[in-house]
Amino acid sequence: MSILIDQKTRLIVQGLTGREGTFHAMQSSAYGTVVVGGVTPGKGGKIHEGWPIFNTVRAAVTETGANTSLVFVPPAFAADAIIEAAEAGVPLIVCITEGIPILDMVRAMSVVDDQGTRLIGPNCPGLISPGQSKVGIIPGHICSKGSVGIISRSGTLTYEAIHQITSLGLGQSTCVGLGGDPLIGTSFVDALEMFQDDAETEAVVLIGEIGGTAEEEAAAYIRTEFDKPVVGFIAGQTAPPGRRMGHAGAIISEGKGTAVEKMDALSSCGVRVVTSPGLIGEAVIEMLAG
Amino acid sequence: MPRGAVAFTPGESKRIAQELGTATLVVKAQIHAGGRGKGGGVQVVRGMNELESVAGKMLGSCLVTHQTGPEGRTVSRVLIEEGLDITKELYLSLLLDRSQECLVMIASSAGGIDIEKVAADSPELITRESIRLETGVSDVQVRQLSAALGFEESQFETAAQVMRAVYDTYTTNDATLVEINPLVVTGSGQVVALDAKITLDDNALFRHANLVELRDLGEEETLEIEASKHSLSYIRLNGDIGCMVNGAGLAMATMDIIKFAGGEPANFLDVGGGANAGQIHEAFKILISDENVTAVLINIFGGILRCDVLAKGVIAAVRDLEVRVPIVVRMEGTNVDQGRELLKDSGLNFSTASTMAEAADHVVALAATTET
Repeated sequence: MSILIDQKTRLIVQGLTGREGTFHAMQSSAYGTVVVGGVTPGKGGKIHEGWPIFNTVRAAVTETGANTSLVFVPPAFAADAIIEAAEAGVPLIVCITEGIPILDMVRAMSVVDDQGTRLIGPNCPGLISPGQSKVGIIPGHICSKGSVGIISRSGTLTYEAIHQITSLGLGQSTCVGLGGDPLIGTSFVDALEMFQDDAETEAVVLIGEIGGTAEEEAAAYIRTEFDKPVVGFIAGQTAPPGRRMGHAGAIISEGKGTAVEKMDALSSCGVRVVTSPGLIGEAVIEMLAG
Repeated sequence: MPRGAVAFTPGESKRIAQELGTATLVVKAQIHAGGRGKGGGVQVVRGMNELESVAGKMLGSCLVTHQTGPEGRTVSRVLIEEGLDITKELYLSLLLDRSQECLVMIASSAGGIDIEKVAADSPELITRESIRLETGVSDVQVRQLSAALGFEESQFETAAQVMRAVYDTYTTNDATLVEINPLVVTGSGQVVALDAKITLDDNALFRHANLVELRDLGEEETLEIEASKHSLSYIRLNGDIGCMVNGAGLAMATMDIIKFAGGEPANFLDVGGGANAGQIHEAFKILISDENVTAVLINIFGGILRCDVLAKGVIAAVRDLEVRVPIVVRMEGTNVDQGRELLKDSGLNFSTASTMAEAADHVVALAATTET
């Protein structure tokens, strides 16, 4: 078992003909993901690296039976790409693009919610269910199949956690990069709900960062609903307030959204919170043993 | 907005005052800096003689506020505004509600002061309405917010006008915050936006060339401006350990572990997911032009940014820029073996570390021994 993606995943890539789109479609395919085609407006009918290219998502879905779309479209057009995929009825959309204007995402979220679409990202590394499917840019070779679920607002910290867990002889059920933007399709709570129902997942690593209240909401959910062990880490413990730390969503604004508040909220709900990402793996082992 | 106009001479200011025709007037120095009130750059005057004297003194003077730096700014123009008979100070803003995935308009009858303090001390004075882009600010919402602001039924149209103007300003400029504080009501029942603040969405500036022109580079850190030209996210800090990291979360965590290891980071630097060799070169240049830097920590986990690309960029930059400070490299991820091989074969003096903790301890020790 896993959440969101598995062997039944049939993937199209929006922006497949671009440089990053091509590289990561090939990487995902090499990992074992069933990549069935790409969408690039104006290039419909062409074949790119062996994959059929379509002008629209709707055509791609009709022809290939795709059930997941990976978005590698430049920021100015990425929200439209999400809307197009949602309206074409794609149930799972994963958007890697960084730098999408916030108002564009407000519009896209409204369509995504109306259609009942599951959106991962934007500004995220995507997800991987080791041994089954990879949709996005998480390096497959650091993963191994196992029982730890990983959810994170930060791409490279996700890899950090995966790598440690693999090095310690454990593995992952599904790793989900939720994204570093202020508006993202899937929250910690959404992902925790799925892990709660996934029999294979025995523990969860939650990697948050400064800004917003998603970690506090996750803490409240864990307290009342979630009964598997959780290890937490929050990036930005020493970040100065008022400065946007790379991610559009990572800012301590008017004294709110600090790492300390988030760490306290998670600790008080039974989460084992570590102060360095280097300690995540060992903490998972202790939680599983204890 | 209060009525008023800009004057370049005391004579002009007098003419404007005569047109305004109010007994009380406000003279405001027009410089690109805040904190003018405390610095004497905003003064209330009564009558023409006092106006001419105050405007005359302000024009050509050097105004120092907490935002201008000690050298101050020369005042070459002043704004002459009608004085207002303020009876109420209110608060109105529009911003993104992250958890509701829409906008939220916030109104409070307690304006003019720090709204965060109001929210903490007396939350009952704050009213929020979720605003959807499909519908904008509806009449019902105007009514709810107006009630919270203490407006009379007769002021409904005015309230609607103000709220929709805030909404239009937000949506047409891709703002992330539009805040009027205070929104004042005068003795004659007029509603006036006395002061306002707008924060823009950096990601949307590509479609607002007119707003980009307003950017005042004089107000920003030189190295941060240089970084933004190359799409690098750089924030200068006070320490001596330069950091180059990919991914904002990892970059923040790298700052954190340097602190925990007893060191001080010199910067936050996220080279981004898809950085190329050219950007790595620029990143390195910016990083080491901070003369406080005595050691560098490169912490990379390769996803989109492949380790071999990173290694090539770092080697080229270290050669070109003749970097002398010690460099600790810690990398993992896509093409990591090629990356490590390239570093080893470069003949340059890199220290490598396999874990973050080891890397942090090592770079902190190196920085300590390099210090003179």
